[in-house]
Amino acid sequence: MYDIDKYEETYTVEEAIALLQANPKAVIISGGSDVLIKLHEGRMPAAELVSIHGIPELKGVTLENDGTIAIGAGTSFTNITKSPIIQQFIPVLGEAVAMVGGPQVRNIGTIGGNVCNGVTSADSAATLFAFNAKLQIQGSYGERVISIHEFYQGPGKVALAHGEILTAILVTKENYEGFSGHYIKYAMRNAMDIATLGCVAVCKFNKDQVEDFRLALGVAGPTPMRCSKTEEMAKGRLVDEKLLEEIGKTAITEVNPRTSWRASKEFRLQLVAELSKRAFMEAFRKAGGEAK
Amino acid sequence: MMTRRIAFTVNGKEHMLEVDVRESLLDVLRNRLALTGVKKGCSVGECGACTVLIDGEPFDTCIYLAVWADGKEIRTVEGEAKEGKLSKVQEAFLEEAAVQCGFCTPGLVMTTTALVESKKSYTKQAIKRELSGHMCRCTGYHNIIKAAEKALDDKAEQDHECCGKCHQ
Repeated sequence: MYDIDKYEETYTVEEAIALLQANPKAVIISGGSDVLIKLHEGRMPAAELVSIHGIPELKGVTLENDGTIAIGAGTSFTNITKSPIIQQFIPVLGEAVAMVGGPQVRNIGTIGGNVCNGVTSADSAATLFAFNAKLQIQGSYGERVISIHEFYQGPGKVALAHGEILTAILVTKENYEGFSGHYIKYAMRNAMDIATLGCVAVCKFNKDQVEDFRLALGVAGPTPMRCSKTEEMAKGRLVDEKLLEEIGKTAITEVNPRTSWRASKEFRLQLVAELSKRAFMEAFRKAGGEAK
Repeated sequence: MMTRRIAFTVNGKEHMLEVDVRESLLDVLRNRLALTGVKKGCSVGECGACTVLIDGEPFDTCIYLAVWADGKEIRTVEGEAKEGKLSKVQEAFLEEAAVQCGFCTPGLVMTTTALVESKKSYTKQAIKRELSGHMCRCTGYHNIIKAAEKALDDKAEQDHECCGKCHQ
């Protein structure tokens, strides 16, 4: 049995916020694929849980009037990949979250949990960084919206106060319209593994010319990150072999990977250089470009 | 101890149970309903041995709180054979000798059943991806993939008539 001291099931966000405020020790549980494992391993003794697992308003993907895509924080990875809105407008996000764990984990794990855990290896995070996603957070005061870039503060540390709940992830139209993208997860196994490195390129092309470019990486530093120097360098350039080389070379000057039992720093730098090029070329190919 | 009353359907039968909030669905299915075909493997959602179908989709029951099963329809391997006749998926696993020690088999049968019932077609690559949340530590996945391919092949279903040979 799990080491749970107290458990409350909630059905609305307001109810969950009130319960969290009433109990400073309370921890949110959503899909459970992180919290229940921590409990199993004894890393969260005598847990007091507030479950947002069954809150209907947190689930689903919607397209708002101004073209903003709103992803409910409680939407499972599987339902993101299956969503016709995601498939039509930001397919690369559906592809990225289809690389989390295995099918059963993707049926239960939620994108909100993935983001709120604050880990650099989260498969959804790099892609959300590339799309300049905004996070809609609710507290007893009402609602606030914060950029995902500001949300990640350090390893496992995010700008979410006790009593607040991430309700939705927003991607505005100007951040996805006309972009193509490709995510590469490098791991030791094809499934049930954590990324050694995650790399996504989200680009806009005018024929062979780079109009816009976002390069985001996971596990290349303590938090997911963007490579802004590389992005600026590539903008306006023609896609050719020379540009590819420069993308790889510039990207490694911007990252700060560490050595862990999964891989050495040197190997991760090699991955940053190589996967940045590959993700960029694949995004170019998806946009209808042909490799020269 | 905190308990909750849940009502759910397991293998077509309705149950009303008082469950401890600390219990996983795996605990309840095995210890309360004696459905020991749901195997306890890794307990952390990696091996897939405890997979059951919840409203038709595969889930690891080791990382699923029992209280969440309220109102759900659950299927375990025990409910797949009907009137003494194995399901199409179970037959395919037998015919392809996709079983060695058998510990991973119930979970794999349930996920494969969900694939068959989705009425979609799957390439070999897609089958591998869909079954990637299951670990077999005996021999490997060759025969398991073959069994899934057989179960998913509609033509095989029409031609199939159990001769009984593989059960002897």
